[in-house]
Amino acid sequence: MKLLRLKPGHGEILLAEGDVEVPEQERELIEAFRRELDAGLWAAVPSASRDGRREAELVRSFDEVPRDAERVIFFPRAAGGAAPAAGGAHRTLS
Amino acid sequence: MALSLGTAAIVLVALLFELSRPWAAGALRSALAALHARQRAWLRGPAQIAYDPGRELRAEHRARELLRSCIDPEDWAMYRDLGFLRVWGTLGEGAGEGAAYAYLIYPHRPVVAFVPHSGLLLNEYCVAFPDDSRPYGSSRLPDSDDVLAKWMALTADERGLINDANMHLPGRQIDPDLIRRDLQRLAGWERRRAGRHAEGVRAG
Repeated sequence: MKLLRLKPGHGEILLAEGDVEVPEQERELIEAFRRELDAGLWAAVPSASRDGRREAELVRSFDEVPRDAERVIFFPRAAGGAAPAAGGAHRTLS
Repeated sequence: MALSLGTAAIVLVALLFELSRPWAAGALRSALAALHARQRAWLRGPAQIAYDPGRELRAEHRARELLRSCIDPEDWAMYRDLGFLRVWGTLGEGAGEGAAYAYLIYPHRPVVAFVPHSGLLLNEYCVAFPDDSRPYGSSRLPDSDDVLAKWMALTADERGLINDANMHLPGRQIDPDLIRRDLQRLAGWERRRAGRHAEGVRAG
């Protein structure tokens, strides 16, 4: 399994890579996964739907990542366009 | 004797000071200007100083490869040929090509919802994925990474993305005529692909 992160000026970078069946490597994957989530990123697993079309699945913990997933892609959280909302949500023009 | 030598030394020092004052003032001004320039550069961030078009091109190339590996081959061909992606809506009636509505995903522009069978434009959803760590001074992902982020968020959690986005009527940021032209291009592109596919089947 590879953990990738989308990065401005770079494209994706490889954060961690390992076999989830090897405890030590799984631990490293979990640590890297938590680090990115703590940094406020979203995590998605590209997959295929039942009708065969490709789609993605957002995951909020390492437990939600399918064991056979090849990649988890981290990317910045979505922010809506226009002015900041009253609640202080981060919004930018798209 | 000592008094006269002392006086001469004081006069010499005073003369030297007077002579060097303009030069010293200039040097001081230059040093202060350089310091201020360094402060301004530091505040702007290192990446804006070292903007590298080659690096951005390599980043986009990487992003396109990743996008290609994640989406359906037909969707990749659509993005490669037309510069945008169509994603079917899943919250209405029908699915896939029979969906009641669909989205167009453009890089760094709002997601546009439309009715496929009539071409009616519904809404613009302004959404961005700013990376506040700004590794090279900019928070913008490469174009194809922005498309991938929108595609992942839409296919994984359509309702969540739409709720996070700011909804506007069509025309707020993208010219509706441009979107209509893109829908016509898309229809033509699909007809040509279907024609090629049919020819391939007949030939095979």
